[in-house]
Amino acid sequence: MPDTTAKIMLPADFSDKPISITRRSLNALVTFAAIGSVALVLLPLAAVFGYLIYKGIGSINLAFLTQIPKPPGEAGGGMANAIAGSVYILMIASVFGVPLGIGAGIYLSEYGRGTRFGNLIRFTADVLNGVPSIIVGIVAYGLVVLSQGHFSALAGGVALAIMMVPTITRTTEEMLLLVPQIVREAAYGLGVSRWRTTLSITLRTATSGVITGVMLAFARVAGETAPLLFTAFGNQYWNWKMNQPTAALSLQIFTYAISPFDEWHKQAWAGALILIVLIVASVGAVRFVASRGMLKGAN
Amino acid sequence: MANRALGAPRLTGPQPVSGQGVTASTEATVQSLISAGDSRHADTAFFYAMVACGFSVLAIVGLIVYELVTKSSLSWHAFGLKFFFRSEWDPVNDQYGALPFVYGTIVSSILALIIAVPLAVGVAVYITEMSPRWLRGALAFTTELLAAIPSVIYGLWAIFVLVPLLRQYLQPWLAKYFGWTTLFEGPPYGIGMLAAGIILAIMVVPIISSITREVMTAVPQQQREAVLALGATRWEMIRTGVLRNARAGIMGGVILGLGRALGETMAVTMVIGNRPEIAKSLFAPGYTMASVIANEFSEATGDLYLSALVEVGLALFIVTILVNILAQCLVWTVTRGTPARGNA
Repeated sequence: MPDTTAKIMLPADFSDKPISITRRSLNALVTFAAIGSVALVLLPLAAVFGYLIYKGIGSINLAFLTQIPKPPGEAGGGMANAIAGSVYILMIASVFGVPLGIGAGIYLSEYGRGTRFGNLIRFTADVLNGVPSIIVGIVAYGLVVLSQGHFSALAGGVALAIMMVPTITRTTEEMLLLVPQIVREAAYGLGVSRWRTTLSITLRTATSGVITGVMLAFARVAGETAPLLFTAFGNQYWNWKMNQPTAALSLQIFTYAISPFDEWHKQAWAGALILIVLIVASVGAVRFVASRGMLKGAN
Repeated sequence: MANRALGAPRLTGPQPVSGQGVTASTEATVQSLISAGDSRHADTAFFYAMVACGFSVLAIVGLIVYELVTKSSLSWHAFGLKFFFRSEWDPVNDQYGALPFVYGTIVSSILALIIAVPLAVGVAVYITEMSPRWLRGALAFTTELLAAIPSVIYGLWAIFVLVPLLRQYLQPWLAKYFGWTTLFEGPPYGIGMLAAGIILAIMVVPIISSITREVMTAVPQQQREAVLALGATRWEMIRTGVLRNARAGIMGGVILGLGRALGETMAVTMVIGNRPEIAKSLFAPGYTMASVIANEFSEATGDLYLSALVEVGLALFIVTILVNILAQCLVWTVTRGTPARGNA
């Protein structure tokens, strides 16, 4: 900021006088306000986690984890099919989203640096990152559901894959750019071809960073509900077919939360607790493994 | 943003081989690497595969635009631009106007920003300028954690915790002392525009505060030292030395938060009341563009109905894209060229 030097001289009464009581109390007031805003922001965080544990833990039992939902109003039943469905949809999403994202990231860092096409892709990825998830749902509906003729796990997977791509692309690019150029040159010097260098030297050097990026994308879409509403649609029963509607944990939480049944409300809390535990655990595990270097040179 | 809080990535895997470390096994590895990729065709094929991956990003955005434009054309031809200025939403008689949703989206987002911006800037100021060093990383991580909670869980929490609190305590209090503004009139349902605004505020705070932290960190340390040397108190230093320099970037963060608030779906759908009406009171139920799509899309019978919903989606898409681009540009003006100081 080149224009600042002039502006700093504006409050010229800073100097020579002792710090007046007004200025001192204003300073204290602002400090107090800043601490207060931290407290106000941490309060909902604590409240959300507190209530999740308080309300959720009582409803988690073996039946919840192994059974499918009972009809409305009946006690018992569980979300086993929704948990499995979420994992299933996320797997489909990863199959599409992870290779595309990593590939695009490789292009940006290894080939597209400074080119016009590279900048266009980088910009487009950032734009895609800001697209509301519900819009992605509409698009997956138009692309998959309409052409298949019904709601399906595949459509849900495609919607989530679209949301994963920009995050993975940008983190992969950033991580690969951190690999020193000299490492690549060493490989070229030994006669290793360019693509081999990219895959076996550059990408492998950045493995833990790239995996962290993938997990961030994964965690981001794992709790997504809006893009699944009219793609995966939800299902009260087991389903393992790609072309059939599938239950998902987030959808089930939504349906149960807005239902009028107390029993379902309890299950919604339990489902929410499981969802957040799955998200935190998967991210935490990979972070731990990556930071301990266990993935180093994974063959 | 979020990955920054998770710490700098470590580089693992093969490191440059140093002098005496070249053993028989590394030679074997090198041999296998050389022979495995010893073809110009392989190089070309790999290059094009990567270009294709990069192109897929463009293709996805292209597909989004194509889908939204083609699927909404029916409604566009039926209502034209008036679609956004009509307040009728009547699927039975096939009459559609998006005004209540546009209104609900704008009001809930602005309400969210009014609540979130002071808090987010306060948090950022505390973390970058005031907190002891050992607390910094932990606080930054914790506030970013707010962004990791799925929207549907916020919605669940809002329905069963926030809304009853509003109904019992906050709304009667607001009606009693601020009823004269006519913003807080009518029965305190709990559910309504106010609840949506508050839950949105909680969701956008981490976005705004992380961008604000980023741009504040980009302000050179010498600025702070210079102002302090002139005898300023800490607040005066923050105001004249830091906030003034970072204001464009903070504005960018605020607009990025706006983009998130505009497109946020689930939590809002669960607490806003979902009634397509325009009411002045913040206690009244409303409807947003994203929630109407979420609620009615899978049940929309009739081509015009579906097309009208897609047109709402297209408008939302265009607005969020423009808002995000504007935000990016503003953040760039501050952070461009300055390496992050790398605390937090």
